[in-house]
Amino acid sequence: MRHTLSILLENEAGALSRVAGLFSARGYNIEALSVAPTEDPTLSRMTMVTHGDERIVEQIMKQLNKLIDVVRLVDITDDAHLARELMLIKVRAAGELRAEVFRLTQIYRGDIVDVTDRTYTIEFTGTPLKLDSLISAVGRANVIEVVRSGPAAIARGVRGLTL
Amino acid sequence: MELTGAQIFVECLKQEGVKHLFGYPGGAVLHLYDALYKQTAIDHILVRHEQGAVHCAEGYAKSSHRPGVVLVTSGPGATNAVTGIADAYMDSVPLVVFTGQVPSALIGNDAFQEVDIVGITRPCVKHNFLVKEVEAFSDIIKKAFYIATSGRPGPVLVDIPKDITAAKTEWTPEAYAAPVQMRSYSPTDRGHHGQIKKAVDLILSARRPMIYSGGGVVLGDAAAELIQFTKTLGYPITQTLMGLGAFPASDRQFVGMLGMHGTYEANLGMHHSDVLIAIGARFDDRVTGNIDKFCPHAKIVHVDVDPSSIAKNVTVDVPIVGQVGEVLKAMNEQLQSRVQRPDQAALDAWWQQIEQWRAQDCLSYQQDDAVIKPQYVVRKAWEVTGGDAIVTSDVGQHQMFVAQFYGFDKPRRWINSGGLGTMGFGLPAALGCQLANPEATVVCITGESSIQMCIQELSMAKQHGLPVKIINLNNGYMGMVRQWQDFFYQGRHAHSYFDSLPDFVKLTEAFGHTGMKIDKPGDVEPALRDAFGRKDELVFMDFIVDPKENVYPMIPAGAGQNEMILV
Repeated sequence: MRHTLSILLENEAGALSRVAGLFSARGYNIEALSVAPTEDPTLSRMTMVTHGDERIVEQIMKQLNKLIDVVRLVDITDDAHLARELMLIKVRAAGELRAEVFRLTQIYRGDIVDVTDRTYTIEFTGTPLKLDSLISAVGRANVIEVVRSGPAAIARGVRGLTL
Repeated sequence: MELTGAQIFVECLKQEGVKHLFGYPGGAVLHLYDALYKQTAIDHILVRHEQGAVHCAEGYAKSSHRPGVVLVTSGPGATNAVTGIADAYMDSVPLVVFTGQVPSALIGNDAFQEVDIVGITRPCVKHNFLVKEVEAFSDIIKKAFYIATSGRPGPVLVDIPKDITAAKTEWTPEAYAAPVQMRSYSPTDRGHHGQIKKAVDLILSARRPMIYSGGGVVLGDAAAELIQFTKTLGYPITQTLMGLGAFPASDRQFVGMLGMHGTYEANLGMHHSDVLIAIGARFDDRVTGNIDKFCPHAKIVHVDVDPSSIAKNVTVDVPIVGQVGEVLKAMNEQLQSRVQRPDQAALDAWWQQIEQWRAQDCLSYQQDDAVIKPQYVVRKAWEVTGGDAIVTSDVGQHQMFVAQFYGFDKPRRWINSGGLGTMGFGLPAALGCQLANPEATVVCITGESSIQMCIQELSMAKQHGLPVKIINLNNGYMGMVRQWQDFFYQGRHAHSYFDSLPDFVKLTEAFGHTGMKIDKPGDVEPALRDAFGRKDELVFMDFIVDPKENVYPMIPAGAGQNEMILV
């Protein structure tokens, strides 16, 4: 099963590679990963999507907790949470396709952020699933390149992952 | 006062009470060595290879209550230390390893003797640091010692660029004395009260109980609590390779070591138990055998200081995270206050069954007049040393023979490489033990293959006057490899036999020590008495033993604990 983990870690050189190294050394999967400093510059917030059965995910949590650079850690999969991912996608937009891509961008509430006579570059934010569906709507053959940020996730409600 | 990084290094080590530092100098650590030269509080022990330095420090730490401290240079100095660091990580040995690094400005330039040792060791240290400014150096050393010695102990590496050791900053002992505060690290010491109560309920309900204790009891200095716990209950106890000595081997309640080369009674006792009480043990694959067949009838209590050890390999019913000593103390208090006692009739029947298994005498061997049996040498060494020596070993058949035949009655007497299984560990570890315990009798029981891997430390032993005794069980083969080749590869001895071996007596003498060669069973005991009588000499005893002897009993790989090969 797929799990979304929220991790606060020390914003120090090497902290990210400790997390990534743990996953490769112990044979765990990383499906997606996003990380950036928080409002407190000594801390980074990481959202990680992994999959495995309950026993493996429990081990992943314990092993992550064991890393000295990991400050707090929570599995938000079973709690109500929001997950959003940013995607920049460059697509062919010549001839008949130009109007079609423009319409799709409106339907998916994206923004065209760069234009050439043959391409559009579009910015979308949404759930990872929605981004997948946009790519298939445009048609893989029309995609020139895609860059996705990996999801940033946050639990609903008053409680937060803080120190 | 304003000090250089090198001076800060020395002052911090003094504050930590470090008496011995194992190391080897080189370009990147010259400032540090210069600072060491100008002081007398810390003895520097000059090894002959950096792997030896780390194994020395491991022996030192395992046989005492102090962390081992190592200093090596950058590049090859650091990479040579990696095997020892990985070994310490697997066996949870508290070490602080300082490595020199090229100057900060050169890092990443492929400079002379540069290697990313922080990157290389990341998966095999508890934590590591790269010192980026001299102002942070003292704080990092403080944290390194704290992390290495608290919670589940382990090695911590501190990588020090050369310029840091020359740069100056303010340093005071008062500031150093302030306790460590780390928001991201707070090991759990006391077990959860509710869980302890649940565990005691389950333990008292047992009809076929088995206590399975491991190295955590030794590391946690909880032998007294374990003995009280086991004596109060009257339950059988088995110990892992790393746990030997915490509960006395001479006590009838001890049913021997468990696992691949454990006793019949220990492994069958595990298999048929209905309540398994795991204390400071980690359900290693060499212990469990085939995990799908492991303890099919047992409810399991598991006490461990490391949450990630719990439910890693087997599902447990009552997990308790905490220092084993604290948890055992709490369980002992509960047991004292309970009216309920174990079901004595069930326990008597269980003991009867165990005694039947024990009557198989699975460790028996025959010593004739012609060829020395390795087991016999170990047993005689036990007799001659009164069972009270500190014994180190390398890895292989001889290691198992020591575990089976040298009955350890006290903790921190049995020092071996369990997790990583590092050949070459035994001799340097013994030298570290002797430094930590100058009055103790220290023996390295090894084989002709293992001893050659770090034999250069005989030279260090001479320089520092360390009178350890070496028992070389010389069968000409990598015995355990040969055994597996005989069992599972139709006797094809692919490269497990040495067509050429050194004359160990001459070799030992070349290093300035005493050597003996013993090849007759009748000479074993006199030679041991002679050697152990030489209190101030390092004596190397080369015992020519049966080349075909195997370690029994054995659980073959993939089999369950109830599927042992007896002879």
